[in-house]
Amino acid sequence: MGNKIYINGIGSISAQEEDLFSRGSVTIYRENIFPAISPNYKEFIKPMALRRMSKAIKMGVTSAKIALKEAKVEVPGAIITGTGEGCKQDTEKFLENLLDLDEKLLTPTSFIQSTHNTIGGQIALNLGCKNYNVTYTQNSVSLETALLDAQMQFNENPEIGSILAGGVDEISEKITSFQKLDGQLKLNPIKNLDLLREDSTGTITSEGAHFFVLSKEKKENTYAEFQSVSIKNVIKPETIINEIENFLAKNNLNSTAIDAVILGKNGDNRYDYFYKNLQRKLLKNKPQLAYKHLVGDFDTASGYAVFVAAKILKTSKIPAILKLNNVDCKIPKHILIYNQYLGRDHSLMLLSAV
Amino acid sequence: MIKGVAVTGMGIISAIGNNTAANYNSLISGKHAISTPEVLKTIHKHLPVGEIKISNQSLAQNLNLPENHSYTRAALLGALAVKEAISQANLKVDEETGFISGTSIGGMDATETYFKDFSEGNIDHNRFIRAQHPGFTTEKIAEYFEVNGFVSTISTACSSGANAIMLGARMIKSGKLKRVIVGGTDCLTKFTLNGFNSLMILSNEQCKPFDENRNGLNLGEGAAYLVLEAEEEINDKPVLGRVSGYGNANDAFHQTASSENGEGAFLAMQKALKTAGIPAEKIDYINAHGTATKNNDNAESAALERIFINKLPDFSSTKAFTGHTLAAAGALEAVYSLLAIQNEQVFPNLNFSNPMLNSGFIPVTNLKEKPIDYVLSNSFGFGGNCTSLIFSKNGE
Repeated sequence: MGNKIYINGIGSISAQEEDLFSRGSVTIYRENIFPAISPNYKEFIKPMALRRMSKAIKMGVTSAKIALKEAKVEVPGAIITGTGEGCKQDTEKFLENLLDLDEKLLTPTSFIQSTHNTIGGQIALNLGCKNYNVTYTQNSVSLETALLDAQMQFNENPEIGSILAGGVDEISEKITSFQKLDGQLKLNPIKNLDLLREDSTGTITSEGAHFFVLSKEKKENTYAEFQSVSIKNVIKPETIINEIENFLAKNNLNSTAIDAVILGKNGDNRYDYFYKNLQRKLLKNKPQLAYKHLVGDFDTASGYAVFVAAKILKTSKIPAILKLNNVDCKIPKHILIYNQYLGRDHSLMLLSAV
Repeated sequence: MIKGVAVTGMGIISAIGNNTAANYNSLISGKHAISTPEVLKTIHKHLPVGEIKISNQSLAQNLNLPENHSYTRAALLGALAVKEAISQANLKVDEETGFISGTSIGGMDATETYFKDFSEGNIDHNRFIRAQHPGFTTEKIAEYFEVNGFVSTISTACSSGANAIMLGARMIKSGKLKRVIVGGTDCLTKFTLNGFNSLMILSNEQCKPFDENRNGLNLGEGAAYLVLEAEEEINDKPVLGRVSGYGNANDAFHQTASSENGEGAFLAMQKALKTAGIPAEKIDYINAHGTATKNNDNAESAALERIFINKLPDFSSTKAFTGHTLAAAGALEAVYSLLAIQNEQVFPNLNFSNPMLNSGFIPVTNLKEKPIDYVLSNSFGFGGNCTSLIFSKNGE
């Protein structure tokens, strides 16, 4: 089947600090829309450029740079970005001006930065990277398509050593708040940590960026092996177990070999059955983990799941705050990630310890 | 030389026609469709556009959609083009059929129409709230044809459609899919019209690709899709042509402008020739990106000069027929490239009179008949995203 692919660098920006892993400290939110915690962007981006950038661009460029630095890669063989809604803040700015000024006297800056490929383009520009560059915008499988493409690139181009792939989404004042009008967000503010105990419709949302340096070469500081990703637009709830068994079989594994599963549970009682089925049956005796009560749900939130899986595989430590049940695992070898949004755009990913 | 991925169906809707035959007839008779906005409600009534003169309501009726459907205009156009492609390919849609669509703005038409309503908390049209996701438009089309397996969207501005074709071809080659519908769709919106207008790259007359006196592009709208199938799936189906080469590179120069020597474009074409396994001399026709902006045509000419040195093949830009349909452009032009191969014709570059001083390039300006084995099609976009595709005659 081709090369093994390793995760050698990760840049994670989300609503939680990274020391959630080292010290177990958790940031609590009491609104259904909450921002990502910003690193000191000035360490990564020149002040002149920084001033013009929306949060999505800042988060994207910064997390890309953190991942590359950790993996000691200067110019990756490809830059592949996933983003559900792209640069919403600039889109909103240009659109509001257009509507308020009745299409008159518009300046182009926010339009230029509104295109969905702005983040991928800005990273390329920043690194001077002329290689393969694509942006995927398929709701909750945007990042997953980027990872799938990365895996194919390694198989097709033997000369490629490493690829930068990741996902970014930002919140914007209005467009994000519209999600309260169509049932995507819960109507009453909740505490983020209560999300998975809620029995109501909708979820909570936030923003973030997760870039990964995938490489053919295993290094001392390698996190994990990125084994496989599978994407399906529609899955009948009763066939989800089959889907997972088929996916594992393609990777020469069965469900007994899975040491932990990370579920995209987001507290929306209309679609929870996709996960409940698995929790009660196929993966009943496995450690079951969740993360959206920490970082919210957004199109590329699964980047946090990949980050969590990679951390667990590297350290063999599972922070208690992630656990949905009391099953333990001493040295996790294979972690399965399953996610969907509103019953569509399902993805399965498999990561293994090195 | 590499046997490319088979194209077994194609479908298109653009300002110059609602299907492949109508587009072809306009191309061979030199009939452009640049007009002024009527369907799009904008104050810029003087700006020339390649608009499809069919209302959303009529498009929806054509597709037998219920009154309260949530198809954006790009989804409506896309579904019509996919319908033609599927019917030509006699395609059976199953679990191993994928759908990959390029779109730059997806459902922005709905977002801009209802933005103020939503801002005021009005939920009458809340089924369009998710239209801001490009993937929403793609999913509507997938839903219509019951494509439930691999569905994804590429949004790399004006190279989206070409990148969708590239990904589809790669997924067939790697055995990830047996059949895939690939292409792109974009509709005219106030957002894009005003955006390009604020950048001052829209012409107030018909666009003049590769002309020294060109002064900007005309926006257009449309959708086009190809059906690609794995070799063992074709059986006795007619093969319309093959996707034999593709290359993607980034100019890494500026967010919106192209570098003077067309580095990204040069690298994309170079990679496309490499994957096709042919030397540049094998290219019989280039369907250029040729938007008619000062910057693009300069950069593209510089890149062409670097690839083809002194032996530039016949080339033309068909943007003066359709306008620049953004994400759909690469897909529309894929259909035109395949039509050029099938009919052994080079379609004219309209509105050309004076060669550019720094290149001296002269595009084909009248329909030209000649055998065509290989066509190179270029698509370049904001963010430095450059993609080149090579289509070849079946059996070549």
